Order: sequence, then C-alpha cells, then structure tokens
Amino acid sequence: MESSNKYIITFIIIMTVVAAVALAGMREITMSASTKNEEIFNKRSILLTVNDYLGEGLSVSDLSDDQVLKMFKEQVEQVVINQKGEVVKDMLAEKIDLAVEKKKPEADRLLPLFVFKNDKEKFYILSVRGSGLWDEIWGNIAVKSDLNTIAGVTFDHKGETPGLGAEIKDNPGFPGQFVGKQMFKDGEVAILVRKGGSQDKMYEVDGISGATITGDGVSEMLQRGISNYSPYFETIEN
Amino acid sequence: MAEILDKVKTEEEKQSFFGPKERRLLIDPLMDNNPVTVQILGVCSSLAITSLVYPSIVMAISVTLVTAFSNYFTSLVREYIPKQVRMIVQLVIIATLVTIVELALKALNFPIWKQLSVYIGLIITNCIVMGRLEAYAMANKPWRSFLDGIGNGLGYGAILVIVAIIREILGKGTLFAGSPVEIKIIGPNTTFLIDTTTSNLFGWYANNNLMVLPAAALFIIGILIWIHRTINPKLVDIS
Repeated sequence: MESSNKYIITFIIIMTVVAAVALAGMREITMSASTKNEEIFNKRSILLTVNDYLGEGLSVSDLSDDQVLKMFKEQVEQVVINQKGEVVKDMLAEKIDLAVEKKKPEADRLLPLFVFKNDKEKFYILSVRGSGLWDEIWGNIAVKSDLNTIAGVTFDHKGETPGLGAEIKDNPGFPGQFVGKQMFKDGEVAILVRKGGSQDKMYEVDGISGATITGDGVSEMLQRGISNYSPYFETIEN
Repeated sequence: MAEILDKVKTEEEKQSFFGPKERRLLIDPLMDNNPVTVQILGVCSSLAITSLVYPSIVMAISVTLVTAFSNYFTSLVREYIPKQVRMIVQLVIIATLVTIVELALKALNFPIWKQLSVYIGLIITNCIVMGRLEAYAMANKPWRSFLDGIGNGLGYGAILVIVAIIREILGKGTLFAGSPVEIKIIGPNTTFLIDTTTSNLFGWYANNNLMVLPAAALFIIGILIWIHRTINPKLVDIS
C-alpha cells in the first residue's frame, strides 16, 4: 500500500518520540549504576598497580566493590598537580581525565596522582596516556617512595590487536616485567620496551613479538608521561 | 481498523501457542537454517568477538534479545509501517533495542561492556537482525516472529560459543576467562608466554597465537560449514 506523505511523516514523528522516550528513560534508570561501575572499574585498575602491597593475602580481584571503595577512601590520597609541579588545591585526582587534559594547551594540563599508603610504605601512582598502533593506550604506574623503583603497572587499550598489541593488558606477564625496574637514569626517564629483548635489565623490558608499534607506543607513553611528573618529584625530594 | 484487529485476534486464537510449527521456528535456525553456517550472515562479529567464551556468551544473549524483540515489535506494527520508509522504521527499532541492551549491560556488568566495546553497538549492522525483520517479521504474527528471533539469535549464539571454545582453549589454554568461573584447561599454569616452569595438563603446550587473531575464527567457521554440509548434504545445493 502506498501511503500519503502526511501519514508517513506522522508515523515517523510518533516513532521517533516513542524511541527517544524509551532511550531517555533507560538511560535515566541505568545512569547511577553505570557511573558507579565505571568508578569502581577505574579504582580497581589503580589499586591493581599496588596489588602486592595491599596487605596480607589481599588481592584486588578478590575484593568486593564496597571493599574497593572503602580501601580507596581510607588508604589513597588524591593529589592534582599542574605542569610546574605545584599541588592544585581542592581537586580530586579521580576527576581528572587525561584524554580531556590532552586537548588543553600544554601549560594548562593537570596531572592526577594517587598516593597509596599501607602500614609500612607509601606509593605514588601515576597515570599516563599515549597512542598504540590503532588507538589510544593508557596505564597507571606505582612507584615506591624512592621515586624511582616501580612497584607495579597496569595497561589498558582501546583497540589494539588481540593476541599482539592487546597482550599489554591481557598477558599479566607483560606488566609484570616492570616490577622492580628503575624509571630514571641521571634524571632522565630511561624505562623502555625493547624490541627483541631487554638489554639493560635495570631499565628495559622485553617487547612482545608482533607488537613492535604498540611496544614503542608504551615506551613513548612512559617517557613522556613520567617526565610530566618530574617537576613534582623534585619538589617533594627537596 | 477495528475490524482488522478483530480478525487478526481470532486468527491468532486459532493458532496453537507452542505447536510443532512454533517448535520448528526455534529449532530450524539451530541446525538446517543456521544464520551463520547456512545463511552466512553475521560473520563479521563472529570473527571479532569469539576469542574468549565469556564475552561470546554475553554477545549471544544480547543478539538473541535484539532479534527477538525487534522481530516482535516490527511484527506488531507491520500493518501500519508505510512501505516507502520501512527500512528506516526497522533500523530505528533495532537501534533503540541495541542501545537499551548496551545501557543495561553497562549498568549490570561493566568489565564485559568494556571488553565488547564497539561490537555491542555493531549489533545494529548485524545482517541477521535486519534479515529476519525483512524475511519474517514483516509477514508474520508477533508471537511467531518473536520465536523466530529467539531461534535465530540462538543459532548465531551457538556458532559463536563453539568457535569461542575452540579458540580460547587453543589460544589461551583457558575457558570462561574473565568470568567468576575461569578455569585453566591446558598449557602451563601461568599465562605469560615465556614462563613454562609450572604445568598441569599438557604443560608443554604453548598457546597458539593464531587462535587469538580473528583470522582463526574464519578457518574455524569454514571448517564448521564443511562439517555441517557433510552431515547434511541437502545443504550443499542451497548456496
């Protein structure tokens, strides 16, 4: 049956309104749950960098959502720093999105820093963001209080190839290699991913075969990302 | 209009609720009219997300929900859809349902939503959904269309899970990785490629990286199609 234009337009308008109301309603219902999920997901990935130091027999994967939030509240101090290494007051590090900061002019960018404390030690957790082969990659790095030794890292990516570049996240062995490495050599960031196997065991980790560009992206991300924090580290060292 | 509705109603009452015809709607797409191995639809997402079993199951459920409900709603309004814009109407119905599924997944299981990323959104372009709307829902009653959607979703999901089981065992040595019931099947205990110190069943097995790549799914689907047609030679002439 051929329909008149009037009928078609009415039909489309009614359909659009019904669809829009359904979607808006659905979003309204799920909004609070998904925001909370995202928050917990991010906090888990930050705590994962200090997984070995959480306390006797604790592991991030065993913690319930409430425990994660509780631990984050009690043991993590959130600091926001600017490009000069000064602490920006009254801001929470979890509100800083590096993807947004990247679009700002360099001098205005803010950096999130999480300070995790357990009974004995203090860890500084840095956030870095860079590019892999296909899309963005990002990660968190926990540094011991000497501001040089890495205690743990986590990486994540948007669209690296499964089995190759995606191994930076999927294969726990890759981030595992960073534990105990030194970040700085003579004041410069020296940590890097070496294609064909690490040479200087103090500063280098093995690259993944078939994921050279992702590995280079990780190196570049670490060097640029960590050096952003250098001014702040100098102020707390002095 | 009321007359038509009454007529539809009485006809529906005559039809059995879950007779042999309805059962066929559910079972046919699982075997002899499988959307992936026989109709060769939905191959794109079958390649992309089948490297792990758990996300594949979630994807299968999502697609089944979308096919079932888009079939149902399309069939419900099929008499009123203007012919000239029927594709747009179908797309809006599918897109709305996919977005609802995506929002629900984000609220219920955030990590798996992260993992499936764009592929949930891409259900919109899955040929199975649109194909069933055009081929079935536009010409059949809501309840049967709903069953047809469930059947096709499950047929697609079955292939997805079979491929994912093969790929995950050979590519990672695990099953259901990422879910609460993750188990290690074969290969060295730690998942890191270089470390082969501890082992359980087939400790010598090194994960086959090809299986993690989408190309492996193409081979496996090809082999499944081959097996399917060897079992049922009638299918060979269809396409």
